[in-house]
Amino acid sequence: MENTKNKKSFSFHIIKREQTVWYKGLAIRAAAVLLALVVSGIVITLLTDKNPLAVYKSMWSGAFGMDIRVWSLFQDVAILLCISLAVTPAFKMKFWNIGAEGQVLIGGLATVSVMMFLGGKIPLPLLLIIMVVASILAGIIWAVLPAIFKAYWNTNETLFTLMMNYVAIQLVSYFLKVFVKTGSGVLFPMPEFGFPVLFGQPYLLNIIIVVALTIAVYIYLKYTKQGYEISVVGESQNTANYIGINVKKVVIRTLIVSGALCGIAGLLLVGGTNHTINTETAGGRGFTAIMVSWLAKFNPFFMVVTSFIIVFLQKGAQQVSTDFRLPQAISDIVTGIILFFIIGCEFFLNYKIVLSKNGKEND
Amino acid sequence: MLAFLVSAIRLGMVFLFGSTGEILTEKSGHLNLGTPGVMCVGASCGCFAEYLYLKSVGPFASPVLAILVAVVATFAGAALMGLLFSFLTVTLRANQNVTGLALTTLGIGISDYMIAKAGTSFGRASKYFTASLPFADDLGWFGELFFSHGVMIYLAIIVALVCSFVLSKTRVGLNLRSVGENPATADAAGINVSRYRYVATCIGSGISGLGGLTFIMDYLNGNWEYCIDAFGWLSIALVIFTVWKPNLAILGSIIFGALYIASSYITGVSFAGKELFKMLPYIVTIIVLIITSMRNKKKNQPPESLGLPYFREER
Repeated sequence: MENTKNKKSFSFHIIKREQTVWYKGLAIRAAAVLLALVVSGIVITLLTDKNPLAVYKSMWSGAFGMDIRVWSLFQDVAILLCISLAVTPAFKMKFWNIGAEGQVLIGGLATVSVMMFLGGKIPLPLLLIIMVVASILAGIIWAVLPAIFKAYWNTNETLFTLMMNYVAIQLVSYFLKVFVKTGSGVLFPMPEFGFPVLFGQPYLLNIIIVVALTIAVYIYLKYTKQGYEISVVGESQNTANYIGINVKKVVIRTLIVSGALCGIAGLLLVGGTNHTINTETAGGRGFTAIMVSWLAKFNPFFMVVTSFIIVFLQKGAQQVSTDFRLPQAISDIVTGIILFFIIGCEFFLNYKIVLSKNGKEND
Repeated sequence: MLAFLVSAIRLGMVFLFGSTGEILTEKSGHLNLGTPGVMCVGASCGCFAEYLYLKSVGPFASPVLAILVAVVATFAGAALMGLLFSFLTVTLRANQNVTGLALTTLGIGISDYMIAKAGTSFGRASKYFTASLPFADDLGWFGELFFSHGVMIYLAIIVALVCSFVLSKTRVGLNLRSVGENPATADAAGINVSRYRYVATCIGSGISGLGGLTFIMDYLNGNWEYCIDAFGWLSIALVIFTVWKPNLAILGSIIFGALYIASSYITGVSFAGKELFKMLPYIVTIIVLIITSMRNKKKNQPPESLGLPYFREER
């Protein structure tokens, strides 16, 4: 037996898992994140010739090193989470909205226009209300246009929403060129018209709003009739038609919800954080949010975890790039690596590989 | 006007490479949203290889070798990204849209990193790419329009024509299309679905990557700009615009090129107004999307199983 062992060929086949026990699922995911951390550590070490432990230490300090960093970490988690919440209802319906970037940006543009043209002319509470309404409306318009065409003519929503991103970006740069008096295209922040500061923490209000939204979206998706209709349409449009759900109506209504939440994210970014706007205000979060939502299996509470992991890694990688004088791009590479590991680990959650010795099984 | 057309053709070929690669990929049933990342990586691999090559040979670079080094490095780098995409979607059965978006994030990161190492100026290398045929100047506007271009422009058209031929006239093309239309039937007919998807995605990504290289070396004369990903997204849109036909893509890409640069050639528009003109290619894409979906013609539809996974066990 012993001497023929090497010559034996192994074969394997793949079996779908019926159900994964929760602790196994958790273990596989944790292993993937850990492995991703190790691999990104190795990549950074190879690029810098630095001690990997020093790299991890620098990553940690980038996220938790100072009070202000912790606040900014939670702020970034909140914004990413808010956009992820926004794209979730649409994805659950299998509507591939990759235009969150544009919807956020246009919400921000609406907010900044209100701040600019009405700021100081009307009382602050009224101004804030108008900002909220304007940003939500703008987000809705940007999301509902592709939805209407999808519902009635089955127009490809992935590309439609994507193109809307660029239209929004050009609108923002047009706005900046026309309305910034100096002609520099850089709008000076207007914190006096922004959100009120709670307990001396500028980001606290944003975080509270997003926590409330997380709970609201969870309830909406899980316990309301509309949430149920979304999941039926997502599973099968034929079933939805058969049981009398008006698919067109559900698609358009869901994208109104989705767009409104994106508009709020824009409001939080402009009204609650930057108090100004540029074409990079959304900063690719619209795309990252899609992955956050997908990896959390559309569960708002898991999204808290996934968005936290991604933001933590980005912040950490940024710190590494400053500490070791590396290009900023390293943070994108690290994010990419971890995303691939988490995407890849889905396979091991859904399937199981069974090894079998060829000779024995067939006999 | 002539300068405008020449520019449109030069930029158009960036789209042509991008969309020809994406057509090949989509014909196999893969919707690769990672194309922007693939094009970035392709461009930066080509530029990086060129930087290493020119540094190692000093002033005695051979023009043919210089072009070859960049093209091969670009193709290889971009194809590797395609391999990563196929591994995740075919072997690990991951969702194509999510994988594609992650690929774009990773690709932009890798390419920015490489460029930070290699510098942003490839003017010397670009001279080899933009060298035109010697008799172009003698033929007046005709020569200017058809013979004044660099080598990548002609390569793009050749690649598109070859792809078009392979897809519509050969057995391999027929098999590939059947994999994209109905993988279960293809599988039953004895076609190796996974292999076709792997190979088509890798070659398609390689071709897309060349678009990035063309943009930097030809259109921008070797000055790096961090906006290749926008061309990747537009290339994906162009695939729909040209109803999955590489030969139509030649014309479509020139139109896209013209739309993209229209804002800088139109006179009498204010500085700010030009920003509005830059929306043109995107708005035109949206309109085309709407019109094609409303007409709903049978032969202008995407491959039947585009974006869908295929697992033999789950039929």
